[in-house]
Amino acid sequence: MTQAAITVEHLSKRFLISAAEERATTFYDAISSTMLAPLNRFRRLSQNAPSSEEFWALKDINFEVPEGEVVGIIGHNGAGKSTLLKILSRITEPTEGQIKIRGRVASLLEVGTGFHPELTGRENIFLNGSILGMSRTEIDANFDAIVDFSGIEQFLDTPFKRYSSGMGIRLAFAVAAHLDPEILIIDEVLAVGDAHFQRKCLGKMSEVAGSGRTVLFVSHNMAAVENLCNRAILLQHGQLTKEGPTSETIQTYMSGIESDWDQAEAELPKQNGVKASVSITNEEGGDIIAAGRPTIWTIDLELDRPLVDAEVGFRVMDHNGNSITTIYTMYQSTEHWRIEKKATIQVDWPDFNLSAGRYYVTFTVVDGQEVISSWEKSVVLDVSESDYFGTGRTMPGAFGGTLSKVDWKLVSQE
Amino acid sequence: MTSPTTTSQQETSKDSPEHHSEVTSTVIRARSGWQAVNFAELWHYRELLFFLIWRDVKIRYKQTILGATWAIIQPVMTMIVFTIFFGKFGGMAKGSNIPYPIVVFSALLPWTFFVNSISQGGNSLVNSSHLITKVYFPRLLIPMSTLGAPLLDFAISSGVLVAMIGWYMATGVDSIVISPQLTLLPVFLLITILTAFGVSTLLSALTIAYRDFRYVLTFLVQLWMFASPVAYVLGGENGVPERWWRWMALNPMTGAIVGFRRSITGEPLLWDVIAISGVSSVLFLIAGVMYFRRVEQRFADII
Repeated sequence: MTQAAITVEHLSKRFLISAAEERATTFYDAISSTMLAPLNRFRRLSQNAPSSEEFWALKDINFEVPEGEVVGIIGHNGAGKSTLLKILSRITEPTEGQIKIRGRVASLLEVGTGFHPELTGRENIFLNGSILGMSRTEIDANFDAIVDFSGIEQFLDTPFKRYSSGMGIRLAFAVAAHLDPEILIIDEVLAVGDAHFQRKCLGKMSEVAGSGRTVLFVSHNMAAVENLCNRAILLQHGQLTKEGPTSETIQTYMSGIESDWDQAEAELPKQNGVKASVSITNEEGGDIIAAGRPTIWTIDLELDRPLVDAEVGFRVMDHNGNSITTIYTMYQSTEHWRIEKKATIQVDWPDFNLSAGRYYVTFTVVDGQEVISSWEKSVVLDVSESDYFGTGRTMPGAFGGTLSKVDWKLVSQE
Repeated sequence: MTSPTTTSQQETSKDSPEHHSEVTSTVIRARSGWQAVNFAELWHYRELLFFLIWRDVKIRYKQTILGATWAIIQPVMTMIVFTIFFGKFGGMAKGSNIPYPIVVFSALLPWTFFVNSISQGGNSLVNSSHLITKVYFPRLLIPMSTLGAPLLDFAISSGVLVAMIGWYMATGVDSIVISPQLTLLPVFLLITILTAFGVSTLLSALTIAYRDFRYVLTFLVQLWMFASPVAYVLGGENGVPERWWRWMALNPMTGAIVGFRRSITGEPLLWDVIAISGVSSVLFLIAGVMYFRRVEQRFADII
């Protein structure tokens, strides 16, 4: 039977936000409030800060992480993820509740904590390792492996301030990658470095995740979470709203009611007797469109006069106006549609292979060969990252608008 | 609410790294009130203390031309200025038959150490905000580690004092007597260290909440120097009259400096002054560390 490595019980964290100082409206006010500021501050101090407001960053969080499990924590910015990690890392204290941890913990809230610009790479390995909780003997034992992993051996005795940012991150991650705790708490550290190094880090992470260690992993990179974690926790406004298998939790997150994303929908004004409304949603009807995840495109048409041979289509363009792809009944449907007054048309797009980024969609209505109405770039479509390739890696939008699933083989090599 | 003594609940039962089979367990929960110092944890993190000191020492004189010579220049220049202004013009030298440069320099050694320690110690937490917000370790290590580099400077400039005494004795000054009192030097250094650490912890914890104390620190150092017998002596023609000694001894640096100076020159030690200062230094230490521990858990939130 596996025991819980981390048990979180009724965890809450409150912050006090001091209310904004009253704004001075006149020069006299400005001068006098500046002069009186110390006095006011003292008064506030002595009255136990009555002007501050409460803010609960976390409220009654409960969960358990069994030994050896790799758990992702996801949620929007400000949902409390970082606060939770900070409490788990003992950087800040909870206001209520408690956490029981069984095992040696190492937490990586950033790479390169404590690196000093004046020290050399070699010296920084020792300093950073020690700050992260490695003993001197551990650092000595891992020193060659760290240098090897970082790939910067020729700069080992160069002051850190002369390093390029890429080199710095390599070295920092190399130290972090050689931590050997029973429980590892990681925040967003994969979002650094060049693509090649990122892949190396992700490989190392999978290795850690597969080695039976307990890992808590916070990230905005859904691809990485999906790839690394078997279970995930969703935080929303300081509360734990979903806990379960990673894919389920990510789906809940994606179909989240309260998203930061602009909804991909538009009411299109009447043009040449045609009025339309268009919406693009994910499979669950949520607003968040993710690369490679099925989408549903819905069109509601209202007509002044009938369309005898209706054809409709969407052209998807990038911000430069380059056409990325087009979906069009003319080529993708052999049906013949006659529409009198109203219609609802739905497009299911299971293999939605657009890469992450922002797109502009033009909607066009055609009758026979004649273009009736066209709304140029009338829908803005934001596509978020996901693990389309199942590799934990998201292809940057700059590599192209569409994603292609292929199989790579090394046929021979010498 | 439980009583403060039973709410210090963040202890970690660590075992030696060689015994991986034993499970470390930690309980994280809110603490409030006064916290005891967790000596076991401090001991566990001793290597980190070493690395923090090592870092400070390494970077102290990086990219300087004169390097560690700066450790000597600061007290030596002060000694020259004091000798000219207080010694020659101010007539302070009449206070004792010991050469005035020795009087001043033997005081400047512990004093310079003290000033450097509290200047760096007082700002140490604010300067380490990147560590405090990103990684856990006992926060007391931060002001503790800032004592290291000034202590090294102290050791370097001690060499100058030895050379000066040697030179005076060689040129026939017979008022300096090397006596067994010299073995008491570590006691006075200890009083200085305890005071410096107490003041550093207090100031650093206050500065993190109220940056005003940065400015307090600057003139505190100036005022404190005149309240301590750096440029003057206790007793003698131009020294401080005896009826004030015990009051002055409430300032732990009085006992530290007078004791340090007299154990070098061989003048009789003032035991009551030393005793009062010794107790006072311990009180400074306790006050500083207690306040520090009390507000410690809020550091990351308010930094």
